[in-house]
Amino acid sequence: MAEEAKPRRAEDVCPSKKSGLDLATVEAALAQTKGPEYWRSLEELSGTPEFQEMMHREFPKGASEWLDGVSRRGFLRLMGASMALAGMTGCTKLPLQKIVPYVKQPEEFIPGRPLFYATAMTLSGYASPLLVESHLGRPTKIEGNPEHPASQGATDIFAQASLLELYDPDRSQTTTYRGDARSWNSFLQATRGMLSVQKGLQGAGLRVLTQTISSPSLNDQMRSLLKLYPQAKWHVYEPVNRDSANAGAQIAFGEAVETRYNLDKADVILSLDADFLYAGFPGFTRYVRDFSKRRNPDGAISRLYAVESTPTSTGLKADHRLPLRASEVEEFARTLAAEIGGGGGGASSSAANAKFVAAVAADLKAHRSASVVIPGEHQSPAVHALAHAMNQVLGNVGHTVEYTEPVDANPISHGDSIRDLAADMRAGKVDLLVILGGNPAYDAPADLGFADLLMKSGVALRVHLGLYQNETAELCHWHINEAHYLESWGDGRAYDGTVSIAQPMIDPFYDGKTAVELVAILNGQSGTRTHEIVQAYWQKEHPGADFDAFWRRALHDGWIAGTTFAPKAMALKADGIPAASALGPAGIEINFRRDPSVHDGRFSNNGWLQELPNPLTKITWDNPVMISPAMADRMKLKSEDMVELGVNGAKAVAPVWVQAGHPDNSVTVFLGYGRRRAGRVGTGAGFDMYPLRTTAAPSFAAGVQMRATGETYKLASTQGYQTMETPVGSRPLVRVADLEEYRKDPKFAQEGEPPKDLTLYTPYDYASQTYAWGMTIDLNSCVGCNSCMVACQSENNIAVVGKEQVAKGRHMHWLRIDTYYQGDRANPAAHFQPVPCMHCENAPCEVVCPVGATLHSTEGLNDMVYNRCVGTRYCSNNCPYKVRRFNFLLYQDWETPQYKMMRNPDVTIRSRGVMEKCSYCVQRINENRIDAERADTTIPDGKLQTACQQVCPADAIVFGNINDPNSRVSKLKAQARNYSLLGDLNTRPRTTYLAEVRNPNPELSA
Amino acid sequence: MAQRIEEERSGRKQAPVIEPGHTFGSVTDQISSIVLNRPTSTGWFIGFGFFFMLTMMLLYALGYLFLKGTGIWGVNIPVGWGFAIVNFVWWIGIGHAGTLISAILLLLRQSWRNSINRFAEAMTLFAVASAGIFPLIHTGRPWLAYWLFPYPNTMRVWPQFRSPLVWDVFAVSTYFTISLLFWFIGLIPDLATLRDRSENRLAKIIYGILAMGWRGSARHWHRYETSYLLLAGLATPLVLSVHTVVSFDFAVSIVPGWHTTIFPPYFVAGAIYSGFAMVLMLAIPIRKIYNLEDFITERHLENSAKVMLATGLIVAYGYVMEAFLGWYGGSKYDAFLLWNRLHGPYAFFYIMLWVCNIIVPQVLWIRKIRTTPAALFLISGVVLVGMWLERFIIVVVSLQRDFLTSSFGMYYPTRWDWMTYIGTIGMFLAAMFLFVRILPMISIFEMRTLLPEAEVKE
Repeated sequence: MAEEAKPRRAEDVCPSKKSGLDLATVEAALAQTKGPEYWRSLEELSGTPEFQEMMHREFPKGASEWLDGVSRRGFLRLMGASMALAGMTGCTKLPLQKIVPYVKQPEEFIPGRPLFYATAMTLSGYASPLLVESHLGRPTKIEGNPEHPASQGATDIFAQASLLELYDPDRSQTTTYRGDARSWNSFLQATRGMLSVQKGLQGAGLRVLTQTISSPSLNDQMRSLLKLYPQAKWHVYEPVNRDSANAGAQIAFGEAVETRYNLDKADVILSLDADFLYAGFPGFTRYVRDFSKRRNPDGAISRLYAVESTPTSTGLKADHRLPLRASEVEEFARTLAAEIGGGGGGASSSAANAKFVAAVAADLKAHRSASVVIPGEHQSPAVHALAHAMNQVLGNVGHTVEYTEPVDANPISHGDSIRDLAADMRAGKVDLLVILGGNPAYDAPADLGFADLLMKSGVALRVHLGLYQNETAELCHWHINEAHYLESWGDGRAYDGTVSIAQPMIDPFYDGKTAVELVAILNGQSGTRTHEIVQAYWQKEHPGADFDAFWRRALHDGWIAGTTFAPKAMALKADGIPAASALGPAGIEINFRRDPSVHDGRFSNNGWLQELPNPLTKITWDNPVMISPAMADRMKLKSEDMVELGVNGAKAVAPVWVQAGHPDNSVTVFLGYGRRRAGRVGTGAGFDMYPLRTTAAPSFAAGVQMRATGETYKLASTQGYQTMETPVGSRPLVRVADLEEYRKDPKFAQEGEPPKDLTLYTPYDYASQTYAWGMTIDLNSCVGCNSCMVACQSENNIAVVGKEQVAKGRHMHWLRIDTYYQGDRANPAAHFQPVPCMHCENAPCEVVCPVGATLHSTEGLNDMVYNRCVGTRYCSNNCPYKVRRFNFLLYQDWETPQYKMMRNPDVTIRSRGVMEKCSYCVQRINENRIDAERADTTIPDGKLQTACQQVCPADAIVFGNINDPNSRVSKLKAQARNYSLLGDLNTRPRTTYLAEVRNPNPELSA
Repeated sequence: MAQRIEEERSGRKQAPVIEPGHTFGSVTDQISSIVLNRPTSTGWFIGFGFFFMLTMMLLYALGYLFLKGTGIWGVNIPVGWGFAIVNFVWWIGIGHAGTLISAILLLLRQSWRNSINRFAEAMTLFAVASAGIFPLIHTGRPWLAYWLFPYPNTMRVWPQFRSPLVWDVFAVSTYFTISLLFWFIGLIPDLATLRDRSENRLAKIIYGILAMGWRGSARHWHRYETSYLLLAGLATPLVLSVHTVVSFDFAVSIVPGWHTTIFPPYFVAGAIYSGFAMVLMLAIPIRKIYNLEDFITERHLENSAKVMLATGLIVAYGYVMEAFLGWYGGSKYDAFLLWNRLHGPYAFFYIMLWVCNIIVPQVLWIRKIRTTPAALFLISGVVLVGMWLERFIIVVVSLQRDFLTSSFGMYYPTRWDWMTYIGTIGMFLAAMFLFVRILPMISIFEMRTLLPEAEVKE
């Protein structure tokens, strides 16, 4: 009590033990000291954090505390912190932030409203035109560019997930020399000497290794580099490349060409091991859009035949699918080509395939100039050449097939190129190796021993540019942190040649450099910014006074008009196709495939992609070896058994996965896993298969030894049960009919829904509302490409939970794609069914929630109130569709600052213990509603799109107002194919499905 | 009288409810001395210590749970409820015997209940307390679980009254309150006896406070009898309602295996079944250790066994009906559920459920077994395991594979699940240890009414 009566120093917000100093107390303290001590004390005082802080604050205590608008919550937090930190003398001060209002408001900039900018992402040389949503300068969502013919608004999983890559805290953040941080200038200094030496040698010791480049400006830079250093060499390598396609074109036409397909004009499509309906295939988004347009059973429905060595979502979508070992596809192609008169030497195919060949040949011939043969990039050059020949003979060229200039600016063989580089390194010819992107230490063919060469061959200076400190960066002297495409300028060509300018969405986080900049340094133009180089290139291409307008238009539209490659007339060389190579049927064959999620390994550290289920196996975070059921039976293997694979002495260990529809006597391994240095997410996930892959056999190899090691390995699958059959009958979850059946009975899918008036309660009058939201998902269009899942994850801030949690059944995807197999295990039919929340009008989840945390809106949305949820999980138990997702642990990263910037500000971040689920993108609905109400109108049909709908290349998902009879969704719901999933439960889902109609060839299905 | 008539009818002599030769004094002496005079044995300390450690393990498991979230358990999507709900229903079921014995048998004038009702009620309380932990901790955000209570608040948000979980809150909390009151009021005359007889001053004060001034006057007895009877009347419907409401948690949903009208009676019967099994499991060792064979006679054991047999048959009827309707009902989901129970990944537990709950207890038809404490102890244990399995089958196996084949999943309990479960058993038994040590485990005054001296002479 007595102490309180004394005058006390006012409290300081800074939670230090000794409350902060003010001028008066310092003066008082100084006044008490005398003589020499005075000076010593001042020094001491000035050294104390309290004193420094006082100086720093300028104003005495209290004056500055409340200026930054500490909220009530912030105040309580500070008070709590003062209690907690009462014993600590240290004082954490928030970083100084500049808060300056706009003096001039940027044009069109309204805080709280996103802006969209056009840019492009380049993957293996092919640019995807994009529109990026930007909130206050932070890119938060990636969409396709709706006006670009290659995208039409759709994107793929890689473009969607590249957003996470931008904000990945594991990205390389600084220039390093042998692992230690260095400044950019020290790098410039270090290379200066070497470059002048090389200039003298005409670049004899200079090698530049790039990935596939379609960028005209970077290509221009590289060409001038080669002019400057005539002896230097430009090597190109990517593990997943188009060597076969280029070699095939070489055989057929004598030059590299780009083959472009017009699937909207194709009545009959034959895929020769081509996975053209999955991301990574050049032109994927456009092809899926065109393909799905032709899958309407009420119109002219196309027919897809697939011959494939590994089951893919494309093959499972086919009306007829023939599983063949990779080496047998060539034989098949020869037989078929002979049958339709396209040369090929007429190899005799086995009797089992004869019927298939005959039927396909007849069908192709019956649809001259409206059919197409698509070869897969990992098939042999001969298959590509045969496909060109067949398309020529069938008159498809000019209709469904067009040839253009190659998009790849340097269409050389990647396999040869990396081999030459390795040879030069071994021979000691390389003094300066500049690796622009890529990860050859990890993914170069195993027989080259590239990682060892990097370490031991004595290349005097090795420079690596990359987004990550990966396996290659580790072995290079210098590592330059690369700027992400979302933070840098650039350009690239789409599959049809159209050039898109990539513009930065944000300042580079870590001051990253681009390949263009680095090449400029080699060219002696250090200090030039990427922007200047790209712009200068286009100024050269587009001289004239209107360049500014041209440039602005290019940036605004997302592409440069008139750069699309015109179709080229190609003359087929008559004698081109070589005789059948003798790849004997010796033993087991191995297929090397890019992984559907992490590609060749470049996306290993991307949690969205790691957790994206494989479209076929539904496995996340791993790359098991696919084997056929027959082989599994023969070798007494089951899924998750570990095997050791041996190819020519190289060995790798991995678990197996028994995959229905896999050709027998053949295994498929997926590349891109088993990374040693990927980052916190990717390191250690899965198994490295590159050691098995050689320059001689980059796509498939024979003579594999496989033995079980006796161990097992847990795989995390999101769908353990992949059939609609149960021991007591089949469940009509995906409803399918053949075209014939559909024509006979268009309402085949409609069954077993109770009448709507069969209730004691007065039903809610949804019809009187302005809006009643509903969705249809066309199972005929859906190709199972997974794009919607990643788009949903990005739009709705969905957490990544990790392999352990997925294995426990706790993945968080609001939208999932169920894959169901049907029929013969050797060659089954499969169906893809995207399942978001059904937004049931009679929602079973709502009645059981004890706190009313899930409620129905007047517009028919099944809303989740996260704040109210206590987490009983009763709603999920009672949800027959199991679309609800629960935060069993704290799955969201609340700490990492990068992720805070990435998230959609319109969607709540869920905490642990809370249920969540698909909201039909309610934030988009509300945004559109506000706009419409301000304009005193209603939301026009088509303007409002959910994230899954917007990204869908197949246009399978349609969302809209079902109270409007003219809306697209209403018209689709009125179709005969429309049915409700589990409609017999009387849940009355607002999400309905359009049943699948297959178009089999009567000759084959009989 | 009734006993004699029954004995004449059946032509055999039943064991008495209290061994002959006791007087008011000897009954009082023997029961109260357990608390007041008998030295606390080493065995008691070891037993209590052990179960207290298990209680601490429970606290540890709960601490970690609150820190991390329900993800430390094996629950997932689709199996959103696991051990927590299984244990909740199991404990609530066990908690049924006490009230049944106290209230319903009181109203039915089954005077043999007098020697077992006290500790059966205590057991009920502890079982309900153990059960009550689970609904709270199984929520994702237990610190907000009070939102299930309808309390006035500025946001004017109420619970969602259509949800059976809200009904549960009322049913269980009412049941606990009534059980506690009933138990405590029944204790008052005995607390007064302890107050009067204890020599320790502290004990005198504590028992004195708890006895609430009981002097044993005629007016006291009159009021006591009235209130006890009223509470019995209140508690009686609760015996039926609590587990009925608990069964609604399942029956109201649409999950195959849950959505069935047979659940309320079948749950109540199952509850009494497991409750009596627990009573026997506790009574048999206690009467042996504290030499109470005179008060808890073979008659009690046999009667309890008969109740078990009867309720066990009702439960068996429930199982048979579920299986029959799975086959006969024509619903593909129910048919699959039956198949999954018989052939699915948890088939072993389903078979064990039949063995434990239906096949093994059939030996209770034999009188010799009904009167052999060791055999009864064993069978009761089997029944308790069986009843736990029943809840596991209902909760987990139904959720594991419901409507969409794509969502089929599995449930594997983690060590935290087991620690929590075993921890509640520890807490329950530690509480029982304390109870037998500090309170009269048999109602002294009610036992006295069973003596020949208590019969009113004309």
